[in-house]
Amino acid sequence: MVDSRAHSYWKANIKLVLSLLCVWFLISFGCGILFVDALDNIRFGGFKLGFWIAQQGSILVFIALIFIYIRAMDKLDEKYNQESSGESNQQTEGDSL
Amino acid sequence: MSVQAWTYVFVVLSFSLYIGIAIWSRAGSTKEFYVAGGGVHPIANGMATAADWMSAASFIGMAGLISFLGRDGTFYLMGWTGGYVLLALLLAPYLRKFGKFTVPDFIGDRYYSQTARLVAVFCAIVISFIYVCGQMQGAGIVFSRFLEVDVTTGVIIGMAIVFFYAVLGGMKGITYTQVAQYCVLIFAFMVPAIFISLMMTGQAIPQIGFGSELLDGSGYLLDRLDGLSQELGFATYTEGQRSTQDVFFITAALMFGTAGLPHVIIRFFTVPNVRDARRSAGYAIIFIAILYTTAPTVAAFARTNLINSVSNVEYSAVPEWFSKWESTNLIRFNDKNNDGKIQYLGDAEKNELTVSADIMVMANPEIAGLPNWVVALVTAGALAAALSTAAGLLLVISTSVAHDMLKRTFMPSITEKQELLYARLSIFVAVLIAGYVGMNPPAYVAQVVAFAFGLAAASFFPAIVLGIFQKKMNKEGAITGMAAGFIFTASYIIYFKLINPAANTADNWLFGISPEGIGTLGTMINIFFAYTVSRFTPEAPAEVQELVENIRLPGEA
Repeated sequence: MVDSRAHSYWKANIKLVLSLLCVWFLISFGCGILFVDALDNIRFGGFKLGFWIAQQGSILVFIALIFIYIRAMDKLDEKYNQESSGESNQQTEGDSL
Repeated sequence: MSVQAWTYVFVVLSFSLYIGIAIWSRAGSTKEFYVAGGGVHPIANGMATAADWMSAASFIGMAGLISFLGRDGTFYLMGWTGGYVLLALLLAPYLRKFGKFTVPDFIGDRYYSQTARLVAVFCAIVISFIYVCGQMQGAGIVFSRFLEVDVTTGVIIGMAIVFFYAVLGGMKGITYTQVAQYCVLIFAFMVPAIFISLMMTGQAIPQIGFGSELLDGSGYLLDRLDGLSQELGFATYTEGQRSTQDVFFITAALMFGTAGLPHVIIRFFTVPNVRDARRSAGYAIIFIAILYTTAPTVAAFARTNLINSVSNVEYSAVPEWFSKWESTNLIRFNDKNNDGKIQYLGDAEKNELTVSADIMVMANPEIAGLPNWVVALVTAGALAAALSTAAGLLLVISTSVAHDMLKRTFMPSITEKQELLYARLSIFVAVLIAGYVGMNPPAYVAQVVAFAFGLAAASFFPAIVLGIFQKKMNKEGAITGMAAGFIFTASYIIYFKLINPAANTADNWLFGISPEGIGTLGTMINIFFAYTVSRFTPEAPAEVQELVENIRLPGEA
């Protein structure tokens, strides 16, 4: 029982990480490097889109990705912990090592 | 008040703050010394990580480099932030769950081998040491230029401060000083950026000013900069010059390296649990992004400003900052056609002005004519950036020696008290050596610093990720992989940078990849060897696989 719970937790985790990394790759290496010249044809304000993604937008996307991950993992952890004994992982003492 | 007086005020104030924190946060146990007791709040850890991470190079060098690289400078921006996505998703939570003190601890236990532990110790010391020498040198230069003491005195002051809080407080002292240093450095970076953005575009937020029209009516900032560059024969600012594959590989090497640098990884051992490890990675990237999204705006403002204020100006009528920086040799003027005017051109034959990338951040406030206190603030910020990173690196060296080499390998019987003494002793020795190198910098130190990333990318990053995500990965695979990746990357860099620098051109590079980007290939070689060797050798023993299963699960830290 414990094993199947752990198994599905890990599978969900891998799926989440892989999909976030796809976005990570598409934005940074895709839009910021490989297709940057094509995207530069689109302009908004004083920016060319490709240039803006490379020097500004990609960093904002990185922040968003990490926060999506934090929220999704919190939910996943909660689900996992509820299925077990509801054991809390909130430890504030240093001796939890 | 003069710039000099303001500089003394800011430096003395910020240093007293660091010393005060050091006295308040003395470490009493190895756990406090190595991981600050494991009770650091995620926001505090996020700030400390940001200060730990942003070195003299990020603060002083990066915007200047981007200023001259234009769009190609993107690899620094994306490389040094995108790595945090990898760190947050693939490493930090699992390493926190594992719950030991150092990176070699993880490698040694996960790969059930003292050899693996020692290979990791070796990589950690080499990487951190290269890096720390650059910081000491940076601190020395800043001291000597702004406080008009000589470089040696500057390095000694820097050493004394770092020594004081690192030896006394270990990770605990370092963590809380880094929080203070983050506040100092980000304030020092943002104030001039906001001033310049306001002055040139009327926008208080530099990231918006970056895409706005200039107040002098010459159109959008970036269009104007492109136009000026073309007029003077420089490469168009918003277009790339380097080959796409090289930019791709450099970005990847910096990302993998960021995620594999031991002094960043160990910061995540200091928070109470796995959940907080994930959170503090999130806070860290926000705190870092504040500087990293501002740097490219400073680069563009400074470049435009520089061209506007020197191009075709009578040499006898140059502003005051010009002569000041000329005396440091960071700006050089050579009147080739003897017309008494400065021709700043892309054509090397006719160009009369050489500007070092290093001064773009440091001189920017002066070029823009900002108040004296803003100019002085930048000095305190640069010192905070250099010292915070140096302290984090010294701690890695100290834990590698005292914990991994002595306690876990050669002298397992020493008591905690003795281990703590050795940890302090090794910081002491490391500070002395780093200081010595800072005072007598071999010409290649500055160049080699950037390559610490390549080495981290080719050694630690794959070994740790495979250790978490491939539970059957065995010691034979991991050790061969780390050794192959490290040796390949180090040889390529040493060949092109030290042995035969003349051959360092795109034609001679392997697949057109510069030494800066070779770490990515090193990562692939590492993974390739790790997989191949592990297929022909026995898989990891059951108890190790169980350990891996365990670090994958949440909670119960």
